Amino acid sequence: MKGFSPVYRKELYSLFASPVFYVVAFTFLVISGYFFYTAVAFFNFQSFEASQNPMLAKQMNVSDMIIRPFLMDMSIVLLLISPLLTMRLYAEERKTGTIELLLTYPISDTATILAKFLAAATALAVILIGTFPGILLLATFSQPSWETILCGYLGIFLLGSAFLSLGVFTSSVTQNQIIAAVLSFGALLMFWVIGWTKNLVGPAAGNLVDYLSIIKHFDSFAKGVLDSRDFIYYLLFMLLCLFLTLRQMESYRWRG
Amino acid sequence: MIETEGLTKFYGPLAAIRDVSFQVQKGEVVGFLGPNGAGKSTTMRILTCYMPPTTGAARIDGLDCFEQSLQVRRKVGYLPENVPLYVDLTVSRFLRFAAGAKGVESKEHLREVQRVIAVCGLEKVAHRIIGHLSKGYKQRVGLAQALLGNPSVLILDEPTIGLDPTQIIEIRRLIQDLREKHTVLLSSHILPEVAQICQRVMIINKGQIIATDSPENLTHQLQKSAQIVLEVASRGSELAASLRSLDGVQSVSAGDDGGNRLLVETDRSHELRPVLARLVVEQGMDLLELKVRDLSLEDIFMQLVTEETAEGAQEESES
Repeated sequence: MKGFSPVYRKELYSLFASPVFYVVAFTFLVISGYFFYTAVAFFNFQSFEASQNPMLAKQMNVSDMIIRPFLMDMSIVLLLISPLLTMRLYAEERKTGTIELLLTYPISDTATILAKFLAAATALAVILIGTFPGILLLATFSQPSWETILCGYLGIFLLGSAFLSLGVFTSSVTQNQIIAAVLSFGALLMFWVIGWTKNLVGPAAGNLVDYLSIIKHFDSFAKGVLDSRDFIYYLLFMLLCLFLTLRQMESYRWRG
Repeated sequence: MIETEGLTKFYGPLAAIRDVSFQVQKGEVVGFLGPNGAGKSTTMRILTCYMPPTTGAARIDGLDCFEQSLQVRRKVGYLPENVPLYVDLTVSRFLRFAAGAKGVESKEHLREVQRVIAVCGLEKVAHRIIGHLSKGYKQRVGLAQALLGNPSVLILDEPTIGLDPTQIIEIRRLIQDLREKHTVLLSSHILPEVAQICQRVMIINKGQIIATDSPENLTHQLQKSAQIVLEVASRGSELAASLRSLDGVQSVSAGDDGGNRLLVETDRSHELRPVLARLVVEQGMDLLELKVRDLSLEDIFMQLVTEETAEGAQEESES
């Protein structure tokens, strides 16, 4: 993996030096802050009602009523912003011609792809860490289950990384960043809604589309359930996308 | 050091280069000369492992550019055409990245970066963002990244294009200094430049190498007729008439300054200068100048390229 770390550091620098990252992070944090606020406010409202209703009081649960909806809301915002984090990775290099430098330096394509992907994943982690203050605030006023929270954040990081891996691939097929972002967004949305047809396409295909659904696997993480199947789904998704990118770069070389 | 065999590259149905074979010895500075679109960049891109050839093989230091790509890339410093650079980085940050990417030991990074900055005269702009630099400085940054890690082979695609005359001279001087330690292959479509820097020239047109030799030999060989410039003080046209009747003279044409400067085209087999001199003196004229005019590389280039085109047109019309 020689050559991985210089490319990784350069990509990180380019990411954090570009205004795109800050605009994306700002938007994400404002919107998810709003979602967090509404989840907490709704919980408060319910708590007042629960004080008169013992049946309802038994169902009041911070994990289910704040953490889980908050994570689900964040996943939607991630769907919208993650194509913006990855769109420049290859498209810009192709546009400016710097890809010629990158491909003639003694770095394997695998190392380059991993470096670019992990740089984007690092940016994602930084953005997600930006939501921690809300969680810490929540922890000072109530006793949320830390296991659920960690599991949920692991899930959203995996989900986001899967989004990014697909973005890396679409960025490698074009030299236009907008096309890369739109393709990635479209494909991700398709993976998001593909499970909706599970009752329409017959039992075998139904299971398949249900398994392919990218958001279904997140649900168990959000509930605080760590299931190896979901873990493996995201890993396979990322591996497939990065493998496709590798093949795409090879084909790019041959076409010249 | 650099070796290609039957290199051919197709872009779709279009052949960019066809059956290109050549060798470059260690320590040579070789110029690749050809009009735009002749296949210079394609050949260089294959040599730098940017793309594989359709058929044929390219080797650098005995290593195959396709099979042992990573090892080859470690030995080659490449300045691509149009000098693509990461414009959002500063010069020193970019060079540090390039040093790392080219596998320079991390302890050596700083020293190596400082070395190429000094060699390319980039001290003043080391901490500026590349996107804000002038074309000349960008070119030097491109050259600096190619020199990082002291590669044994340098491949420079149009290193002086778009520079002003002073910068061109500086870059040329730089390349001449490099020849001691590196094998250099550079491309250009500016002929005098190649003649000055390179020990050997390869002329490529329409994807094929049509001539390869030292600039002097090329001039010598391709000169089918010798041209002699003759200048007298007066009565030039009178002289021209008597010259035409001489044995071995093919044609005589008058220059622009009142017909006293003549261009005599002669057979290569005859040495006509003594005869001409005697004739002028016998006729009682004052001889001002008498010299053999060498074909410039430019003439040869035009001659080769147009000859090719003429032959090609002939073949096409025949078939």
